Amino acid sequence: MSGLPHGGHRLVIVVWLAFAVCCGWLASRASFTADLSAFLPSAPTAEQRLLVDLLKDGVASRLILVGIEGADAATRAGLSKALAERLRAEPAFSAVNNGESAGLVRDREFLFTNRYRLSPAVTAEHFSVAGLHAALAETINGLSSSAGLLLKALLPRDPTGEMTRLLDLADGGTRPASIDGVWAARDGQRALLLLRTQAAGADIDGQQQAVAAVRRAFDAVAGEGAAVRLLMTGPGVFAVAARDTIRGEAIRLSTLGSLIIVALLLLLYRSLATLLFGLLPVVSGALAGVAAVSLVFGVVHGVTVGFGATLIGEAVDYSIYLFVQSDGQANRAWLVRFWPTVRLGMLTSVFGFASLLFSGFPGLAQLGLYSIAGLLTAAAVSRFVLPALRPGGFAVRDVSSLGLRLAVLSRQAWRLRGLLAVLLLAAGLVLTLHRDAVWNHELAALSPVPAADLALDAAMRADLGAPDVRYLVVVPGADREAALRSAEQLGEKLQALTAAGVIAGFETPARFLPSAATQQARLAALPSAQELAARLGAAVLGLPVQAGRFAPFAADVEAARRRGVLTRADLEGTTLALAVDGMLVRHDQAWMALLPLKAPLAGPSAQLIQAAAVREALAAAGPPGVLFVDIKSETDRLYAGYLQEAIHLSLAGLAAILVLLLAVLRSPARVARVSAPLLAAVLVVVGGLVLAGQRLILLHLVGLLLIVAVGSNYALFFDRRGGDSHGGVAPRTLASLLFANIATAAGFGLLAFSSVPVLQAIGATVAPGAFLALVFSAILAERPKPWTP
Amino acid sequence: MRAPSPWLLVLCALASPWLYAVADAWGLDSLMQTLAQNQSGRARFSERKFIALLDQPVESSGELVYVAPDHLEKNTFKPVPEGLVLDRGLLTIEREGRKHTLPLSDYPDVAAFIDSIRGTLAGDRQALERVYRLFLGGSSRHWTLALQPLAPAMAASISRITIVGEAGQIRSVEINQADGDRSVMAITPVAPTP
Repeated sequence: MSGLPHGGHRLVIVVWLAFAVCCGWLASRASFTADLSAFLPSAPTAEQRLLVDLLKDGVASRLILVGIEGADAATRAGLSKALAERLRAEPAFSAVNNGESAGLVRDREFLFTNRYRLSPAVTAEHFSVAGLHAALAETINGLSSSAGLLLKALLPRDPTGEMTRLLDLADGGTRPASIDGVWAARDGQRALLLLRTQAAGADIDGQQQAVAAVRRAFDAVAGEGAAVRLLMTGPGVFAVAARDTIRGEAIRLSTLGSLIIVALLLLLYRSLATLLFGLLPVVSGALAGVAAVSLVFGVVHGVTVGFGATLIGEAVDYSIYLFVQSDGQANRAWLVRFWPTVRLGMLTSVFGFASLLFSGFPGLAQLGLYSIAGLLTAAAVSRFVLPALRPGGFAVRDVSSLGLRLAVLSRQAWRLRGLLAVLLLAAGLVLTLHRDAVWNHELAALSPVPAADLALDAAMRADLGAPDVRYLVVVPGADREAALRSAEQLGEKLQALTAAGVIAGFETPARFLPSAATQQARLAALPSAQELAARLGAAVLGLPVQAGRFAPFAADVEAARRRGVLTRADLEGTTLALAVDGMLVRHDQAWMALLPLKAPLAGPSAQLIQAAAVREALAAAGPPGVLFVDIKSETDRLYAGYLQEAIHLSLAGLAAILVLLLAVLRSPARVARVSAPLLAAVLVVVGGLVLAGQRLILLHLVGLLLIVAVGSNYALFFDRRGGDSHGGVAPRTLASLLFANIATAAGFGLLAFSSVPVLQAIGATVAPGAFLALVFSAILAERPKPWTP
Repeated sequence: MRAPSPWLLVLCALASPWLYAVADAWGLDSLMQTLAQNQSGRARFSERKFIALLDQPVESSGELVYVAPDHLEKNTFKPVPEGLVLDRGLLTIEREGRKHTLPLSDYPDVAAFIDSIRGTLAGDRQALERVYRLFLGGSSRHWTLALQPLAPAMAASISRITIVGEAGQIRSVEINQADGDRSVMAITPVAPTP
């Protein structure tokens, strides 16, 4: 315990300080993100890039579904109206719909006024004498139907039935139920509103403000202590909640984990100074990790930082080994006796994580880089900086008696080899039986949104008839008009597919906003007032109606002829504007028309669309650049691809570790002895998880890699047989391994209680895995010679 | 555009054949009691709508089906086939290959009307009188039940519904609209109801 460090030591410290300052500077300048992009591909195909953009800022991403529960229907309806009125005044929302008839009346007026520009039936033939005769006859027939008395009122102004046609088209989807004039759930127990935010779905701060605005407005209209409840779902709402949850849990669990580890170390070291020294490698490693990720990727995912907690698990081990194993002796002794083993253990971890660098999944690649930079730094700080800071060594609690007891136990551990064999057989059996259900291939498995919230969202979505867009046909255009024209062209194809039963129907932006060309063609098909009067006179022959009844019709046609074409601005104030904006979007420099398809409800492909049939039809005569996207299978395929890739990369990492061990240990037998307990731990943990009904996600795989990374240290120490001339591991080393193991298991064990699936997966894998790796290392260690004191 | 309630008229026509009547101690209550016993049945109908805009009435015909307690069908065969099913508050209309489903809660006046029809079939005079003023005339052998809507919204489109029955059978349902147009439905049971 000498005074100030000298010479080489001082240089080491200066270099380390400079490094730490640089890393700290980089880390402080890093931009952090908590959005979904950690789970989205970095180099996607055209479909996938579009998909990601839609998820981030498509209109569907801007929807907030609101439910009001409690009290009675009349109260809920009143609240819905008051809430909608307040929210319409908020700039955060571009649309607020709650089914109040004001909106529907505007829609109907819009459709009625513009029926001759919107109706696909408007052609020159339709307005010829024969066409008019047929249309009138059909409308009169319609009067005999059950709805006849409704149609009756339309007859003088719309004898060709264009309004009925438009309403049929508009009614394609199911409309929400309505109670007391506002939308309500089918069971009547909930009032419903549909909001659209100005902020894009990926703008989580904007979404957070919108969510807060709804809460504020609701509190204001509901008053204090009211027996009503506000429910909100939607992509933005979920993103806000997920960010809060991940942030909250990452902070809470890392803090708790750190406290436990600090308490444990304090118990062991009995010295605040030693404790602080012990944490230096961890802090340096975490800083280096963030700095490296920030340098390479430009942006750091919150999930990556969440693994700061996991890094503590391994990085803190290095200082434990140094302090406990050296036990007040000169550090030099430790460097000679133990450092090579620790270094090899660290290198195996680095080799394991290096495989993740090649992942196309940004979250995984960042995690790999973070861990490598963190571990290298932590190990280097333990090796060079700590001895430089305290050349005299570190005094810690005397753990020799604990070590001796552990030594006795570990000498008996080989007796458990039978039990281990049974465990391995059982795990193998479980995995064989469940081999098809080991991995979860759905992206949703990574989602931090609780299942109950997803169910609520699905229920409200079904009640509102809000688009649950799974199948989309997407077509680009240089401008709005071009995109609309392509959409019209596609509409004919899709009509044919609907008739053939391949799809049940489709939506198109051109339905309520036809291209200017189409509108002009329709207007050109309308005859002049004089001509129409003459044709009507001829058309009513043989029908029980006088041509003179249709003066209002003739006036409306003449008015339509004089009006120009509709533009998007004319839709303002109707709910149709919302629909059109959702289907006609600006994307990069171009425009894009999105046509959602409906899957057949029954038949051989109920609820599913035969993608091949649609693609074939579109490829045959579709406009250039047209894409058919099945969002669910596309995202799942994407995720399954990354999962597959991660499995391959992990196997490659494992192979790299084996090669490294072989190169260093130069003995296949020793490599086998080191790797056997690690593989056994991995196998047993996977078996246990599968037996517990968990289907593994990507993060379980990362956890398995961590088991190998952390466990390799234990196995290597048991392989050394050093320090004790009688064979077996030295008592002090055993004690250090136990403390390192407890620290790791505590840090990760906490994560297992997280409600965020990615954190939970890591925790539930590594905590038991690290413990088993230590126990199995002891069990599989070379059987010691008889004890001769 | 005023919004008339066509479904109201439809459903009236739909349910009316099941309004049976018997003789003894004859009055509104005993009429209701007998009606409550209807379980199911089938009848032919032919309907004429007299609309001022048209020189001649439009005609349609088809079949009516009732299954207690809440399933009603009106299947039109001529001039254009149409299927109309009311099942537990959901009205489904199928015409020219297209199917529309309307939750009745969207149409409060229709819902009120349906409640009254259900009330009638269940012999629930109170439910009926919540929506209509009732006038019963004639004898048990030849009776006339007139329903006059109470709610202004309903009265704005329907002025009166007149059901004519002979003994236990409905002969016709006439719906008078507020604007003077009317529809008359003649009903012939296909088989005696159990």
